[in-house]
Amino acid sequence: MSASLPQIFVNWFESRGWNPRPHQLALAKTAGSGESVLLIAPTGAGKTLAGFLPTLIDLHQNPDQNRRSIHTLYISPLKALAVDIARNLEMPVEEMGLKVRIETRTGDTPQHKRQRQKLTPPDIMLTTPEQLALLIASKEAELLFSGIQKIVLDELHALVSSKRGELLSLGLARVRRFQPAVQMIGLSATVALPDELRAWLKPQIQGEADNLAELITVKGGARPNITVLDSAERIPWSGHSARYAFSHMYESIRDHQMVLIFVNTRSQAEMIFKELWLLNEDALPIALHHGSLDAGQRRKVEAAMSASKLRAVVCTSTLDLGIDWGDVDLVINVGAPKGASRLAQRIGRANHRMGEPSKALLVPANIFEVLECRAALDAAYEGAQDTPPVRIGGLDVLAQHVLGSACGAPFHEVELFDEICSAFPYRDLDWETFEQVVDFVATGGYALRVYERYARIRKTEDGTWRLTHPRLAQQYRLNIGTIVQEPMIKIRVTSRKKSGRLGRGGRVLGEVEEYFIDGLAPRDTFLFGGEVLRFEMLQENEALVTRTEQKNPRIPAYAGGKFPLSTYLAERVRGLLTDHQQWHLLPAQVRDWLELQRGLSQMPGRDDLLIETFPHEDQNYMVLYPFEGRLAHQTLGMLLTRRLERMRARPMGFVATEYALAVWGLGDMGRAIAAGTLSLAGLFDEDMLGDDLESWLAESSLLKRTFRNCAVISGLIERRFPGKEKTGRQMTISSDLIYDVLREHDPDHVLLRATWADASDGLLDLKRLSIMLERVKGKLVHKKLQRISPLAVPVMLEIGREPVYGEAQDVLLAQAADDMMRDLAKGKRNES
Amino acid sequence: MKAEMLDSGVIVTVCGEELVPLLDGGLWWPNERTLIVSDLHLEKGSSQAGRGIFLPPYDTAKTLARLKVLIQNWHPCRIISLGDSFHDCNAESRMSETDQQTLKELVDLQEWIWIAGNHDPRPPANIGGHFRETLNIGPLSFVHEPGQNPKKGELSGHLHPAAKIRRLGRSVRRRCFVGNNQRLILPAFGAYTGGLNITDAAFDGLLATGSTAWVLGTDQIYPIAVAQCV
Repeated sequence: MSASLPQIFVNWFESRGWNPRPHQLALAKTAGSGESVLLIAPTGAGKTLAGFLPTLIDLHQNPDQNRRSIHTLYISPLKALAVDIARNLEMPVEEMGLKVRIETRTGDTPQHKRQRQKLTPPDIMLTTPEQLALLIASKEAELLFSGIQKIVLDELHALVSSKRGELLSLGLARVRRFQPAVQMIGLSATVALPDELRAWLKPQIQGEADNLAELITVKGGARPNITVLDSAERIPWSGHSARYAFSHMYESIRDHQMVLIFVNTRSQAEMIFKELWLLNEDALPIALHHGSLDAGQRRKVEAAMSASKLRAVVCTSTLDLGIDWGDVDLVINVGAPKGASRLAQRIGRANHRMGEPSKALLVPANIFEVLECRAALDAAYEGAQDTPPVRIGGLDVLAQHVLGSACGAPFHEVELFDEICSAFPYRDLDWETFEQVVDFVATGGYALRVYERYARIRKTEDGTWRLTHPRLAQQYRLNIGTIVQEPMIKIRVTSRKKSGRLGRGGRVLGEVEEYFIDGLAPRDTFLFGGEVLRFEMLQENEALVTRTEQKNPRIPAYAGGKFPLSTYLAERVRGLLTDHQQWHLLPAQVRDWLELQRGLSQMPGRDDLLIETFPHEDQNYMVLYPFEGRLAHQTLGMLLTRRLERMRARPMGFVATEYALAVWGLGDMGRAIAAGTLSLAGLFDEDMLGDDLESWLAESSLLKRTFRNCAVISGLIERRFPGKEKTGRQMTISSDLIYDVLREHDPDHVLLRATWADASDGLLDLKRLSIMLERVKGKLVHKKLQRISPLAVPVMLEIGREPVYGEAQDVLLAQAADDMMRDLAKGKRNES
Repeated sequence: MKAEMLDSGVIVTVCGEELVPLLDGGLWWPNERTLIVSDLHLEKGSSQAGRGIFLPPYDTAKTLARLKVLIQNWHPCRIISLGDSFHDCNAESRMSETDQQTLKELVDLQEWIWIAGNHDPRPPANIGGHFRETLNIGPLSFVHEPGQNPKKGELSGHLHPAAKIRRLGRSVRRRCFVGNNQRLILPAFGAYTGGLNITDAAFDGLLATGSTAWVLGTDQIYPIAVAQCV
């Protein structure tokens, strides 16, 4: 055993019959040096204990430290994880008899306890990024962090790729100013770019090389045992239901103790859950877990998992991270894995112990997904990673932090600027932009300066910026955080009385996005919580529903996934298509399909872009296969149709999938390309990302949702709180109207910049699109066909199922007006 | 121009008077050469500034610019603003000098009548124009809030009507005029004014069976039966 562990720790390990692992010892060694460190380890490696060893050792060796300060801050993305870790940490502390006070602080912590925590803080506080932001914005911040020694950041890989991570990085920069020697300990699953995380943990200096934390890597455990479902049933061309595989999945549940079934969307989860219960002759305990379900319901499922009372749980990404709920011996992933790292994380939920192989079954829902599953399986065996890079810090998040800083204490702008730039995501921030953000926080940052006398922060004679009114700090606390909820509607189940009237009361089953309810008409049926429900009416902010005997819900579930296919997997899929040698790994029906494509058209190459044109049922189609994910394809579709219109090819609409894009129109695009009147090189020129993009965005409503998020995060508009919305919609100013006005009158406003940066990274996926356009330059392969190609079948089947772009909403109004005219005409005829 | 705009629109007859709902949300009364608008809510954007909520302060300018276009196109002899013209009693003092000047000039171009609204129960101090609680001209009466037992020919605002229809699994929601041949409720004209769904309880008892919503599309007005709206 190593000298880095004090005797009492050595004894404790022995008493449990454990040997400290090398990475645990390596971390223990940093207890004294305080050197920041990133620990990358697979699940089940004893990562959390390792992360806390420096703290426990330091508290053991130096028991009487600053009592008014927190000693160690632990931050995790999940509230539940913080609570769970607190419980697990009690064991070693108690068994070694250490005098350490451990407390959690989350949104659920009662107000009086939070107050008390500020006055007599625990040694170890376990919390979330939002709570840190709240602490930073309080007057007690400096004292509370005056003696902080360690900060443990759990699931760091998940934190850094979101806006929460940006806000957290700013909070940590602030803590670092209170206590420059604080040791950061990052715990992470395997990531594609570990150096980014290492730099994230350390203060950076503008213009200098990245300052990196130490790195400790624990090699992966046993090689996982993964298979792609090879079914005798026919795999569908398109769709996301995986219906053909249900009985196979049910068999798997029967053959295992505890199965986690991961799907990509809530509606998929609902559908599979319902179908499995139809097959469930043995009445196996199978449960459902997703973000819309009532929290109480979810807690029940989690408890039942821990108590090994369940045999299977159908879940969405809500169970991707964090806590070990029971002993899972099989993970089934239904649908597209989307990314190699994402899949690895999910697979890791099975056999959560080092040294034992995880077992996983991949179930493709359609024929393209077979390719994606195969590529993901290969990637998993190689341990390849495709986690997204750390985001460049957003200006909306920065605005929130600047106001939060002022709530804590007056600030000097130069000092604050330096502090902010020390945070990795903001290392490249320029002074001018920073000033604009401060100006935005102070008076809105408008070219028209009308809010000076209402300023929220004001520069005083001593050169510091101060909050102008304490009330603003209270308001700030209500609007903190970077997670902006879609407006949600509660689903309340009721029943029809004999009179035919609806009853009032009933249980709340959970909540769904307002836009989903918006699309429903009374008496429409849909699936929720495993039941078919009938929408009756909207009452205030609740949707009243009744239960129905109907088997098949009328409103088809939205089938798209939230996450686009990763660039890495896309490349692998292209590789698989090109490499004929590997085809024997694929199921026979997939092989036949590809062979057919090879005969009738050709395969897309690894670096080129295959463009097929063919006529089909009175329309002319152009189908391309960029494999860049739905978002990039949507953007490409919008831009292509604009250009085609200008080139007089008369496009009518398009549909995008993860793999392909189909555009159709009245003009014969194939002939025009072959005749040279329609230039492919011109059509796909990168300059489409310039003016065309600009003019499209000017008309499109696509950026409005992104703007709303930025507006809420930056504090331009207030959060909507459930239950406080009854004042009526006409009184609140919709962010859409604000966006229109701002775009027209102040196009350079800092929030529009933030919106644009966000959308080009997210909703529009511009970066990916521009890399693709660059890649295929000079490698556009046109194939003029007489009829639809085998490879085009899946995307063609999506037409009518997926939203089609290029149709104005006014068409709907015109139809409704026509209906009325018809009714009127009929009425007149009847009268006469 | 005028003829084309008449063409594009629809004619609504209230108490025998022909009225032309305009795409931008105004109402044109050809026989009296009168332009009617409702719920301008000027300075709504700046109304929360005291609480530290700084909305883009361009709404007044935008609303006035749209109004100016209407005036230039129709050359009215009279403008009636149906109340809630100013978002609150301090709106005038928050308005920029440029906007105040623009508004004064617009008001001076023709007869201008401010109807009292719940947001602006008092007349503006320095803008000009006449101020009335209510107004009757011919068979029509002008009032801010629609009444439960209205006189025939009531034109009102206040509720910011919007209609929503569903088709093909999608929905569209737009501002609208709503009423029948006895009364009409106007949409809100201001740049930051949202809409209230005409199926909301606030409209209970106000819309007789068989009422129509004249829905403002992108370049056309669509008459749609209220019964079809959701």
